[in-house]
Amino acid sequence: MKLNVQWTWFHRLGSPRWFYQKTQRWLPWLSLVMLTLMVTGLVWGLAFAPPDAKQGNSFRIIYLHVPASIVALAGYYFMAIAGAIGLIWRIKLSYMLMRSAAPIGAALTFIALVTGAIWGKPTWGAYWVWDARITSMLILLFLYLGVMALRNTYSNNEVADKAAAILSLVGMVNVPIIYKSVDWWQTLHQSATIKLTGAPSMHPDMFMPLVVMILGFYSFYAVSLFLFTRAEILRRECRTSWVKQLVTHNLVEK
Amino acid sequence: MSNFISGGFKAYLYRDLLLSVRDKTDLVKPLIFFLLIAALVPLAIAPEAQRLAKLAPGLIWMLAVLATMLSIERLFSDDLNDGSLEQMLLSPNLLIMPVLGKVTAHWLVIGLPLTLLSPVIGIWFSLPSVAVIPMMLSLVLGTAVLSLIGAVGAALTLPRQGGVLLALLVMPLYMPVLIFGSATIQSAVDGLNWIGPLAMLAAFLAIAIALCPLAITAGLRLAKNG
Repeated sequence: MKLNVQWTWFHRLGSPRWFYQKTQRWLPWLSLVMLTLMVTGLVWGLAFAPPDAKQGNSFRIIYLHVPASIVALAGYYFMAIAGAIGLIWRIKLSYMLMRSAAPIGAALTFIALVTGAIWGKPTWGAYWVWDARITSMLILLFLYLGVMALRNTYSNNEVADKAAAILSLVGMVNVPIIYKSVDWWQTLHQSATIKLTGAPSMHPDMFMPLVVMILGFYSFYAVSLFLFTRAEILRRECRTSWVKQLVTHNLVEK
Repeated sequence: MSNFISGGFKAYLYRDLLLSVRDKTDLVKPLIFFLLIAALVPLAIAPEAQRLAKLAPGLIWMLAVLATMLSIERLFSDDLNDGSLEQMLLSPNLLIMPVLGKVTAHWLVIGLPLTLLSPVIGIWFSLPSVAVIPMMLSLVLGTAVLSLIGAVGAALTLPRQGGVLLALLVMPLYMPVLIFGSATIQSAVDGLNWIGPLAMLAAFLAIAIALCPLAITAGLRLAKNG
């Protein structure tokens, strides 16, 4: 009996209806958290953090570039793990999350590439340098686009989900390999600034706003993931009674 | 028991090789493509030996990647069209072995001839002769990885018969092979130790042999339904 109790949350988590109703309640709060974090981080980082000794004010783009890159990379793992959960436990919701994660991750990767190029001009004197991390972010963008393209080629939803899940899993095995191989012909890029172990090599006055921005980007990711997934749920579950009820209810209210 | 495991491998290896030998145009097309694109390079860049020699390590590997990718498209599509893929999926054997047999046949028909032809390209691009053996070794190992990864893409894009989608799926996954493949040749040209990058290619091959068949078989099972 105890086992049943423990697993009900997992199965409830797999119900699109439950997810739709819960996120409706969570979204306003989460958006508020996101706004607070992002506004605080941006104002703090852009206006109050001290300028860099070598790069002056141009370093401030770090407050967009680094969070976008981190969340883009983490987003790929999220997508692949959601795909794996879908393949193993056959949870519909998991596939919907996977599908929603792809365009968000691709957009964040694109932001990371663009801000990196803008930052590169004053720092290295060129918009584009074939350095290790830029190149692996570019490959990451192609991996995301591949998953999206594969997802859209199949008309059968179930097959499309599984194919995209397999591809993102293959990609997940490859992401560290790609990262390391590209690192191997490493050139200009400075080595990692934030390390999980040991003190960061940045001054706390510069580092704290970055942490706030990273958290802000994570909550932005969650908010957009919820919004995308809710749209996906409505699209896929449009034949179910609860969605029909929801729509008619909304129409009557208006 | 041994038949259960290895039977499918031999049968499909033999079958695919036989099919390639009977239809010789299939066998020759990627090789002609390989040589043709290589011949375009001096025309597009410059027929100067020095410049070409500098570009040679990377160019040879790019050509190998393109030739493999173009030929991998048909690995499963003919079988899907004539129904033999369905037979393969229905067979009681472990599906991994027939798949590995088919990929091995593809490598024997594409990767190996490319490797044997590569000294010609080396001569065209004035590659120093010390780099010829490392180049061939890197191509032997690397093209096998390319065949395995390509087969994953071919299986996943089967209902659409490959095309640009296949390139989009497979190219990013090819990057590490490309990096270490050309690094092997480049190290040999520079007089450095080229065993390191070559060992990385061998490691990629070991990982790919272990993991790619899982993804290929999963993709084929999907393709039948999709």
